Amino acid sequence: MKQKMKKNSYGVVGKIYCSLIYAFLFLPIVVIVVNSFNATTSKPYLSWKGFTFDWYLKLFENEELLQSFQNTMIIAVCTTIMATIVGTLAAVGMYKYKFRGKSTIDALLYIPVVIPEIVLGISLLTLFAKISIPRGMFSLILAHTTFSIPYVIFNIRARLSRYDNSIEEASMDLGANRLKTFFNITLPVLAPGIAGGALLAFTLSIDDVIVSYFTNGQTMTLPLKVMESIKSGVSPDVNALSVLILIGTALLVVLTQSGILKGKKNM
Amino acid sequence: MNKRKLKSTVIPSSIMIGPVVLWLAFFIVIPLLYVFIMSFCSIDEYYNVVFKFTFTNYKGLLNSNYLYVYAQSLVIAFITTAACILLAYPFSFLIARTKSKKKTLLYMLVIIPFWTNSLIRIYGWRTFLGTNGWLNNLLQATHITNHAIEFLYNKGTTIFGMVYCLFPFMVLPLYTAIEKLDGSLLEASSDLGGRKAQTFIHVVLPLTASGIFSGSIMVFIPTLGYFFVSNILGGGNSDVIGNLIQRQFQSGNNWPLGAALSIVLIIITLLLVKLYQKCGGDIENLGV
Repeated sequence: MKQKMKKNSYGVVGKIYCSLIYAFLFLPIVVIVVNSFNATTSKPYLSWKGFTFDWYLKLFENEELLQSFQNTMIIAVCTTIMATIVGTLAAVGMYKYKFRGKSTIDALLYIPVVIPEIVLGISLLTLFAKISIPRGMFSLILAHTTFSIPYVIFNIRARLSRYDNSIEEASMDLGANRLKTFFNITLPVLAPGIAGGALLAFTLSIDDVIVSYFTNGQTMTLPLKVMESIKSGVSPDVNALSVLILIGTALLVVLTQSGILKGKKNM
Repeated sequence: MNKRKLKSTVIPSSIMIGPVVLWLAFFIVIPLLYVFIMSFCSIDEYYNVVFKFTFTNYKGLLNSNYLYVYAQSLVIAFITTAACILLAYPFSFLIARTKSKKKTLLYMLVIIPFWTNSLIRIYGWRTFLGTNGWLNNLLQATHITNHAIEFLYNKGTTIFGMVYCLFPFMVLPLYTAIEKLDGSLLEASSDLGGRKAQTFIHVVLPLTASGIFSGSIMVFIPTLGYFFVSNILGGGNSDVIGNLIQRQFQSGNNWPLGAALSIVLIIITLLLVKLYQKCGGDIENLGV
């Protein structure tokens, strides 16, 4: 009995501790949500002037903000597509074939993961400046794809480690050619890993600050817009948009996760 | 090489591996080499980079202001990492070994805040902690203090912001390591008379050390570069190496000096990764 009570008090302390940590993690989100309903119109938008839904409507009139959001989305979608194609081919190729320099590729893939982002940012900036790639959407897509590729590859690799090679052989034995086998067997089996990698690339791209900061030229992404507005105070419509993005991401993740779980069951 | 091998291996493997090789060569290897070369370049009076070999940039790194920032940056990174370990270890232990059905949810709740842009969340802390912020209003409304307290703009808040940004990178590897712990080992240790503390030091800690090591690398290294955290919360007296680099790469500044600073950051990173591998860490655990 005494022991049980002791155990329970451990449980309570643990629960309190975990709640405090979650409070720490979520408090800024609460601030963002509350400020998105703040009726204040004067900079730096800190004092509470009452509750309003206006900012959720007004944000659709803020063209600069919408433009930066549109840029962010275009960059994220292009990055996701490119990183997923290059990454999927590479992950499968490196799994299937032995070749010289494989360990070098492996080592290079860890550079963008381990190195501080600022180093990647300035090194791409110097390259783009040197070979006169105009800085803007295009350079941002190239930069984001660069840091996303490794994550896509690692995600698919985790899936490949449980991959049964014999189903490919079976497909070829039954007369399918390489291309057919790749599209009809390899890709569907790896789909959950690919989806997970693509989702990661997407979220890394929309959230990126540091690499974008150095490679954007005049093009604004949403995080850079936030950075620019921090000096004068982030206005409530930016908060409102952030809340909408959070909800959007949550929906996206729930949808893909349930897809991934289904895929796992089928395997 | 015979034709068959060409068709069966060489062509498909080059189609699959080729793109990533070109991509890495062009956007990782060449830029980094170029930064290395640039760190030995000079600038003309308009701050243009000229290819004239010099050691000036590296000599410039020994400037006492810079030395101070390197030291400060390492101290900030060290405290951030230590704080993350101390906060995240018990937390990860509790959520990884809970028998509750909500385990996946508890894990997801660590990641969800990261779906909102990190800048705006850091700004959220500034709103909360500022002299006009929520915390000060609360303290004054409850008469705990009668004047506003300045919580912001010091090394402490920079470290706080770093811990906030990087906390999940400590939780994720710890969670993985702790989840793998075999419960029967813990029972065996306590059956054999080991007290809780003994079990922890001799059984749990060594078995979860890999998580602590990879978490530490994933927290320590980014801390050296996160210039925006000290920009927003630190107010100029808590620079990290990233701030020095950022300033040199703003338009019209000394890029070669910035390149040399980046080389320093790369060397520190490589040394840390080597140390990590010496401790038995596997580089493969550093992804996500």
